Amino acid sequence: MWDNISLALQSLRANKMRALLTMLGIIIGIGSVIAIKTVGNSLTGSITDSMSGFGIRNISVSLTQKESESSSKTSTEAGAPRVRMFKNATPSGKDLLTDEMIEEYRATFPDDVAYVELTSQLGTGTLPAAEDTSDTISATMLGINDEYLQAEQIELLYGRGIANTSDADRKVCVVADRFVEQALGTSPRNVIGQTVQITVNNVPYTFYIQGVYAYEEEDTVSVTSSSSDDVVTNFYMPLETARKLAGSTGKGYQLFTVVTAADTDTASFLTTTQQFFETYYTQNDSWTVECSSLDSLVSTITGILDTVSLAISAIAAISLLVGGIGVMNIMLVSITERTREIGTRKALGAPQGAIRLQFIVEAVVICMVGGLLGIAVGTGLGALACQMLGYAAKADFATIGIAVGFSMVIGVFFGYYPANKAAKLDPIEALRYE
Amino acid sequence: MSNQDKERSGTVPGAEDRRPIIEMQGIRKSYYVGQPGELEILHGIDLTVYAGEFVAIVGESGSGKSTLMNMIGALDRPTAGSYFLDGINVETARDQELSAIRNKKIGFVFQTFNLIGRQSALKNVELPMLYAKIPVHARTARARELLGMVGMEDRMKHQPSELSGGQKQRVAIARAMANDPALILADEPTGALDSATSRTVMDIFHQLHEKEGKTIVLITHNPALADECERVLTLLDGCIIEDRKGRGVHVG
Repeated sequence: MWDNISLALQSLRANKMRALLTMLGIIIGIGSVIAIKTVGNSLTGSITDSMSGFGIRNISVSLTQKESESSSKTSTEAGAPRVRMFKNATPSGKDLLTDEMIEEYRATFPDDVAYVELTSQLGTGTLPAAEDTSDTISATMLGINDEYLQAEQIELLYGRGIANTSDADRKVCVVADRFVEQALGTSPRNVIGQTVQITVNNVPYTFYIQGVYAYEEEDTVSVTSSSSDDVVTNFYMPLETARKLAGSTGKGYQLFTVVTAADTDTASFLTTTQQFFETYYTQNDSWTVECSSLDSLVSTITGILDTVSLAISAIAAISLLVGGIGVMNIMLVSITERTREIGTRKALGAPQGAIRLQFIVEAVVICMVGGLLGIAVGTGLGALACQMLGYAAKADFATIGIAVGFSMVIGVFFGYYPANKAAKLDPIEALRYE
Repeated sequence: MSNQDKERSGTVPGAEDRRPIIEMQGIRKSYYVGQPGELEILHGIDLTVYAGEFVAIVGESGSGKSTLMNMIGALDRPTAGSYFLDGINVETARDQELSAIRNKKIGFVFQTFNLIGRQSALKNVELPMLYAKIPVHARTARARELLGMVGMEDRMKHQPSELSGGQKQRVAIARAMANDPALILADEPTGALDSATSRTVMDIFHQLHEKEGKTIVLITHNPALADECERVLTLLDGCIIEDRKGRGVHVG
């Protein structure tokens, strides 16, 4: 066997250019599959990484406008893109999700709902940096409920978190350790009870710092690369404080996040949640709720990737077929060129099986070398694409294994006919061949 | 044929225990060009070659020399007649068995050397032993020994393209000896060589014959070369017309 392989490699070396051209179809076929699989694998890999831990158990519940009956009908009938007819842009106070609904929801599913994250946005706050006052530090001003920090697994370093009942609409805040260092220039340890002046929409406010949390670098899928200097941290305050400063009167929410319990199937509970909140909106003409999760987002992305992979695989299959025929062609040429050699081998007592094996091995070696080159090219291209898109490249070893196996199969399949032809040659004719 | 026995050197068995290597009876070979039997090349050849003989077969081109050689070399089956090679019935052997017979019983030496290109001299000599499934160490050792015997010990790693015609033919002779065959069948072995290298190659055959006691059948159209052998068969139009004693040559 080893003699056959080294013989095949020798004949490859003797005709490098010809062998390379023959292998091109295989290289392109295998290479394109490996490249797309590497990109796909890296993409799903980084998405899965970014939502490892708590993110996967989140269900986002948000208000969404109902589609106008007439427009949805005509658009589906015409097959035109879905156009949503908006009656009014923002939900009024009576449309909002209320604390009562959420309490009811919690009471109905006590075992499934671990946390409910309620937030109220106040926009972006800015203040001059401690070291260089011409520079500004930004923070996202966010009113939160009591369990928000726990649900988001934010680690409190000093002081205490937000307690809405006792803090009510007081201007107290929980800030990031990084924020303290950059905005105040002091150690986070010593800032509890101190005040911080922050400007939101040109209005300056004074907050008492009652807690400091550990800022964690987010390593999510992000195309925009922000320099580590100007990170925007979250500036947490009681819900009521945020509402009051924003000047809003309603006590409801346009969206909130549910964190499911560890042993709850998030995907099926998403449907349950959707159905629960929809009951409140059956009578509402323009608004309803929509639930989504990272899980559903990921399955959408993987679905798209699978479709792309399938399309590329079809192209690859055609490329491999053409490549295989190329290998068969070159084997037939090689056998004609080496007719005398075959005759000599037969005269020296080579049985048909040995000749057949020799040429099948040669075809397999051509295909394997092509396959390995394809894997190298594909992995390289995939890694390059991943780098350009900003993901960590992950080789798909299963696909590489399949690629190696598949090139072997091509070699055997397309090498068999020429090899058999060689094995069946009449030794006398072959020896006489000029 | 008893007078030929006296010519044999000491290592060859005596008349009483000599054993036939080639036993041909009424060999005919026809080619089916259109109707059966339209073109008969060999018209009933009777030929017996005993162990240790050095026989030359001479004949003009078209005399059926090559066909007879193919027949002796088990490359082809006769249309009629019986052929035993070292006691094995070639006539009824299947393709697979013919391969085995060629591998173990016959050593071929061709006019055009027919070494496998891009393979070292050593690998070429190992080839028949590879097909005989001899383990790699034994193969290499035997190939080295044989190349030493034909004076090619310092060219073992060379490829055929790096060897002269005479050197190639010496490698080919070493290859023919690889499986210690019952018969060495040489088809115009000096046909592509100049007279000096032809001499070297013929001397090797004489050495194999005298020292190793090999049975050799040499096919040639050169009467001078044929006359060096112990026995000369002349073929004309598919029949053996003469079976005479050769002059014989003793070397070393």
